[in-house]
Amino acid sequence: MLPTPSTSHVNYDRVYEPAEDSYLLLDTLSASPETTFLHNHLPPSTPTPLVLEVGTGSGVVLAFLAANARHIFGRSDIATLGTDVNNYACKATTRTVNLAITGPKSGEAAVFCGTLDGDLTSPLRPNVVDVLIFNPPYVPTEALPDSNSAEEAVDRSNLSPNEAFERDSRLLALSYAGGIDGMETTNRLLEQLPVTLSDRGVAYILLCAQNRPEAVKDRIRLWPGGWSAETVGSSGKQAGWEKLSILRIWRP
Amino acid sequence: MKLLTLNFLTCARKTCKSAPAAFPLHPKEAELEQVETDLNALFITNMLPRLDWEAMKILTTELGLPALPTETPAPEALLADDGAPSQVLRDLHVLLMETSIASGRLECGSCGHGYAVKEGIANFLLPSHMV
Ligand SMILES: C[S@@+](CC[C@H](N)C(=O)[O-])C[C@H]1O[C@@H](n2cnc3c(N)ncnc32)[C@H](O)[C@@H]1O
Ligand SMILES: [Zn+2]
Repeated sequence: MLPTPSTSHVNYDRVYEPAEDSYLLLDTLSASPETTFLHNHLPPSTPTPLVLEVGTGSGVVLAFLAANARHIFGRSDIATLGTDVNNYACKATTRTVNLAITGPKSGEAAVFCGTLDGDLTSPLRPNVVDVLIFNPPYVPTEALPDSNSAEEAVDRSNLSPNEAFERDSRLLALSYAGGIDGMETTNRLLEQLPVTLSDRGVAYILLCAQNRPEAVKDRIRLWPGGWSAETVGSSGKQAGWEKLSILRIWRP
Repeated sequence: MKLLTLNFLTCARKTCKSAPAAFPLHPKEAELEQVETDLNALFITNMLPRLDWEAMKILTTELGLPALPTETPAPEALLADDGAPSQVLRDLHVLLMETSIASGRLECGSCGHGYAVKEGIANFLLPSHMV
């Protein structure tokens, strides 16, 4: 078992606390089917891969990937980068990753470039991301929270306790509220994949049963350019349904 | 944010995605920070083929840092005769891995929009009318 990065410094009133979904990503990406795939997919002598996590929250997933780069990717010449719409999450991530990659095993670890405050992959150049990970806001809800208003509130330091509570609730809503079918944000990310991923790029997206993962896979397989989508991890069987699953999306 | 990151970034506006002038973003009023890190020779060597050398030269000039060689160094130039890391490799390490932007702005050369950097975190969120 590889150690789970420490996130004890993170304030979970406004940043998503690592949960079953986060741990499913850690388990799936560090177990042999995926590590074998990644070792073969990104052979050691090829250019340094760029790993991007979208929506890093506490940073637990990115820190885990960075600290255990040699085990997971078969190489430690890996560049890692994170994005989140929640500025507090960006700060938390930077701290979590830096903590995880320093220390006695730093020779196994990837390079951490930083965390960006941004919407999905919007700050990235086309075709640069080799591995993309997203644990999205996936819970079906009536509406999506407004990410801009959440951001404006962060800039104001003189909030009343009530205003601060409302801001924190909005920031937490950003971490789970997925709109129609829980897919509104994930669908926007999926649309960006063919542009953002490099030719060897592979994406890992977490879905819940209400997101209808089978239908999502069928759709991706119809994208022009020969895309594959497979379930590579799942947890929490309920009445024959996997509660959570992780899709691997790539061009073989 | 490490300077290396700028090799991967562009303007977040849709209309700028295909505009050549949107890359690299131009640091303005940038406060730089040096953070010592272990030399990872393999990382630099394998990063070299995907570094946009012209963009890196623009950045060093704009930031007033020591100039880079005119051409991308050949892989052989990264190791000295005794197999140890060469000066070229060390210089790249200092520039890409140890130099960070702590605060300032990243400006798009196409639309002129500036993205603020605070506490090492660049903010690429756009007001909805600019997306
Ligand atoms: C379910 S949490 C996952 C957090 C963390 N990756 C984990 O696994 O514990 C979803 C994260 O995505 C972020 N997020 C939501 N919408 C986003 C968007 N449009 N762009 C970037 N990040 C977003 C939220 O702020 C939140 O931190
Ligand atoms: Zn622009």
